[in-house]
Amino acid sequence: MLRYALKRFLSLSLSLVAASVVIFFVIEVVPGDPASYMLGLNAQPDTVAALRQELGLEGSAIERYFRWVTGVVQGDFGVSYTYRTPVSELIADRLWVSLPLAVYALTLSTLIAFPAGIVAASRRGSAADTTVMGVTQFGIAVPNFWFAMLLVLLFSITLRWFSAGGFPGWEEGLISGIKALTLPAVALALPQASILARVMRSALLDTLDEDFVRTARAKGLSRSQALWRHALRNAMIPVLTIIGLQFSFLLAGAIIIENVFFLPGLGRLVFQGITQRDLIVVESVVLILVLAIIVVTFLVDLAYAWVDPRLRQRS
Amino acid sequence: MSEVEVNRAEANEIWRSALRSRSFVIGAVVTVVFVVAALVSFLWTPYDVTELVIADRFKRPSAGHWFGTDQFGRDIFSMVMVGARTSIAVAVVAVGIGVVAGVPLGLAAAAKRDSLLDEVIMRSNDMIFSFPALLIAILITAVFGPGVVNAIIAIGIFNTPVFARLARGAALSLWTRDFLLAARVAGKGKALISLEHILPNITNLLIVQGTIQFSLGILAEAGLSYVGLGAQPPLPSWGRMLAESQTLISIAPHVAIFPGLAIVLTVLGLNLMGDGLRDILDPRLRRARN
Amino acid sequence: MKTVFTTFAAAGALALGAALSPALAAGHLGASVTLGMQLEPPMLDPTGGAAAAIDEVVYANIFEGLTRFGSDGSIKPALAESWTISDDGLVYTFKLHAGVKYHDGTGLDADDVKFSLDRARGEDSTNAQKALFAAIESVEVVDATTVRITLSKATGNFLFNMAWGDAVIVAPESVETNATNPIGTGPFKFARWVKGDRVEIEYNPDYWGAAAQIEGATFKFISDPTAAFAAVMAEDLDAFPAFPAPEILDQLKDDPRFRVIVGSTEGETILSTNNKQAPFDDVRVREAVAHAIDRQAIIDGAMFGYGTPIGTHFAPHNPAYVDLTGQSNYDPDRARELLADAGYPDGFKATLKLPPPAYARRGGEIIAAQLRDVGIELEISNLEWAQWLEQVFRGKDFDLTIISHTEPMDIGIYGRDDYYFQYSDDGFKSILEELNATADEGRRTALLQQAQRKIADDYVNGYLFQLARTGVAKQGLKGLWENAPTQANDLTAVYWE
Repeated sequence: MLRYALKRFLSLSLSLVAASVVIFFVIEVVPGDPASYMLGLNAQPDTVAALRQELGLEGSAIERYFRWVTGVVQGDFGVSYTYRTPVSELIADRLWVSLPLAVYALTLSTLIAFPAGIVAASRRGSAADTTVMGVTQFGIAVPNFWFAMLLVLLFSITLRWFSAGGFPGWEEGLISGIKALTLPAVALALPQASILARVMRSALLDTLDEDFVRTARAKGLSRSQALWRHALRNAMIPVLTIIGLQFSFLLAGAIIIENVFFLPGLGRLVFQGITQRDLIVVESVVLILVLAIIVVTFLVDLAYAWVDPRLRQRS
Repeated sequence: MSEVEVNRAEANEIWRSALRSRSFVIGAVVTVVFVVAALVSFLWTPYDVTELVIADRFKRPSAGHWFGTDQFGRDIFSMVMVGARTSIAVAVVAVGIGVVAGVPLGLAAAAKRDSLLDEVIMRSNDMIFSFPALLIAILITAVFGPGVVNAIIAIGIFNTPVFARLARGAALSLWTRDFLLAARVAGKGKALISLEHILPNITNLLIVQGTIQFSLGILAEAGLSYVGLGAQPPLPSWGRMLAESQTLISIAPHVAIFPGLAIVLTVLGLNLMGDGLRDILDPRLRRARN
Repeated sequence: MKTVFTTFAAAGALALGAALSPALAAGHLGASVTLGMQLEPPMLDPTGGAAAAIDEVVYANIFEGLTRFGSDGSIKPALAESWTISDDGLVYTFKLHAGVKYHDGTGLDADDVKFSLDRARGEDSTNAQKALFAAIESVEVVDATTVRITLSKATGNFLFNMAWGDAVIVAPESVETNATNPIGTGPFKFARWVKGDRVEIEYNPDYWGAAAQIEGATFKFISDPTAAFAAVMAEDLDAFPAFPAPEILDQLKDDPRFRVIVGSTEGETILSTNNKQAPFDDVRVREAVAHAIDRQAIIDGAMFGYGTPIGTHFAPHNPAYVDLTGQSNYDPDRARELLADAGYPDGFKATLKLPPPAYARRGGEIIAAQLRDVGIELEISNLEWAQWLEQVFRGKDFDLTIISHTEPMDIGIYGRDDYYFQYSDDGFKSILEELNATADEGRRTALLQQAQRKIADDYVNGYLFQLARTGVAKQGLKGLWENAPTQANDLTAVYWE
């Protein structure tokens, strides 16, 4: 087990290093200069050059890559070009919106998906099953930004129950913070819940087909007893995998939703970073997101290996 | 029975079960409707989508304009028809890229299992998977500029590891089968075996996955166009129609509703068709569901 | 020596005093005002960036310069209470107000003025409008409240240049941190900045001039027009001075709680044309384009009726403006004739590169349709700002683009050979030269009109419309700028009725 863990750890670390190279050089070739962006239409060439110097944009790309990476390893992500504040500070600020939003959306999605998936699996073929399958098909097919627009149309413009966006900050109170995140969380949760419910259902059905569950049923357990006692636990592995992946997706994948609701989250920070060519912010945030996904992948791999010893031996 | 006859019999069987599968039939009908709309739009649309009649803007749906008109007085029904063309074309080519690049990589990795090649291919896959897809797509268009072609490339890149993984997994299990051992004993090279024996046997899987990626591609194109990185005007695109209607939703909701519905229905149709296909083409699943 | 002792200060104080009385009578300040803004400033130092959002927060509220813009575009004294100009127009002597304090308690004196101006024009300056300071040869401190500025050549609009947000006076002690914690001399102090959401400023009790009449203000950043509309309707905002979506204004007009403010801006919106790129290097082609454009259709279609047609690169509300729209009236037949004359009877293909604002994106689609009508096929390409700056503005790799030139009195850009639309004409340059050397108002007006005619005759660009400033405010809120002579939300005269 330890050997396997080490091996996976090593290979994922290599992925991370490779990712840092790819991220840096992809982002560095993006045409457009942060200094000319900041200085606008009337800037003189010498002013732009002076600003480039001040921002540390001169020097070869390789040199700057190593400067960036050595900084990152020590926890120093550099200073944002446009905001003139440390990138780590910006990220920390934005995480206070993105993290709660991701947790909120994931909680909603789990609260919807678990019962729906369990009901559908335990009464396969019933009207409940058909309904769950039908609704989730819709949930997957709806683009979340469109769904978000419809939510705004209904709840903000027509009913005026929620504001159409913005985030007052947690210091304005927990309630108003949660209220501001509700519509975005619902918009994010719908497709996630649909996917999760379907995974839950099929994982349950798969384990219900496995020999040990059949044996248990032969010993006289009812279908739903078998489901609750045996199948559910075993079905958790694929479900947790999806939840893990969804969480890392939600951290960054909320870009569009954050734009619709103009939430000051991580996704919008990157998006603005790209349009303003604040490359150092983009590089650092993308690297952190990649790291998050790699860590989740690593944990999921370990969980699999722990459950299924064959995997360990094979590698 | 010759091999050809077996295939024909199998094909007939597949067709019969296809028509019995409700989700496949519904999905196929919806998909065909949109494909036909897209094809017809090359020859005819109720109105010219490039003609602006500003006096006629924000007309509600009526007999003259089934879906109403947009902020420039263009007919939304015609735009949705032409938009189908954009969405379908982007998604099809992006899936094509995924298949053409991903499947050979996956087959090669499986043929040289545990080799350095395998390791490199699979680790690159891991890496691409771990990138936030939308962000990378945004970066790609920031590098190369917005437009249909770059949207296709961006989506295609993320399709590649999907197909590589699928092909590798399926091929690995096939390599242990007897008929492949026989072929190896007969002295065929690994590349030839992959081409002649493995590829035909994983086609079904590829078709099912292709349908799913197709629908994801449509969603992705809509998302990219929504943030302004997909098709450029005056070529209508569902995602851009939604983006442009966002500020108008309080005065003319229909401008936002119809292109959104078009996306939902197309994706829904493709997903239903994919589900149906999986049931039909994958015997293990078929057994399990019966 | 000619002396211009201004009486503005006294007049200004009187006017403010009158306005102030209701607030004074009530014995307290008006409640804090919440304003909506579409874009968040990247930072808050107006001397280190071009983003309009910076000035929209800090101009006149936090930072002040020697002179300042009034709401009507006139130049008024600010930190300088008066000035004298030498007869040759080369030496400006500014007399500063005494007792001016920065928000951190330190005093402002002539050394700060010298520091600020020298820094802005210095070699490693990162001032986005460095050209404003180009004429300065030296800045001397005469005494604590007197500064003498010597110019290398007469510059008719020097006082105007000093009114820009980029020319505000900053203190050497706080200059490094102004980006995140701006320290100025204005009637409001910076309070806090919740990144991504809002900036708050508060009443400055130690202000040297006529004090503000509200407790403070919050600038809330709402980029999405639907959300902006919802926030206004919910009364989360007291005003949205530059409302991003004219299409929604009609809904607000009918609501008795609000008033819609329509004013002018300095934004000449033009179809910029690459004058060195074939076939647009042929004046007949450019004239054809001008006649193919239906300005009113663009104003109606893209701006929902808000905007004033222009026929040259000049603001219609300026007294020196000449209406030349008739010279490039909408006449597609004439356009086709001109194209045929120029050797393009069947039209041609060209590119239209559009930056992000709605006026460009929407206007671009309409212009593409109008030009298609006379045979010119435009391929539209929507660009981000950074791409636009790189390709169009810096790389000059474009045929046509749409852009609003929002700097005040910027007809001078037509005299720059390296400017992105690449117009180069000696006749125009000599008009400019004479203008710069002229102080006489009548003569200046004549020269400005001559310049306007010249670029209209050469059909340098397609002149579309003057961008309107459309805003919305609660009925009781008074004193907001109607027009936007510069991009600012000057709150010094704002009060609640």
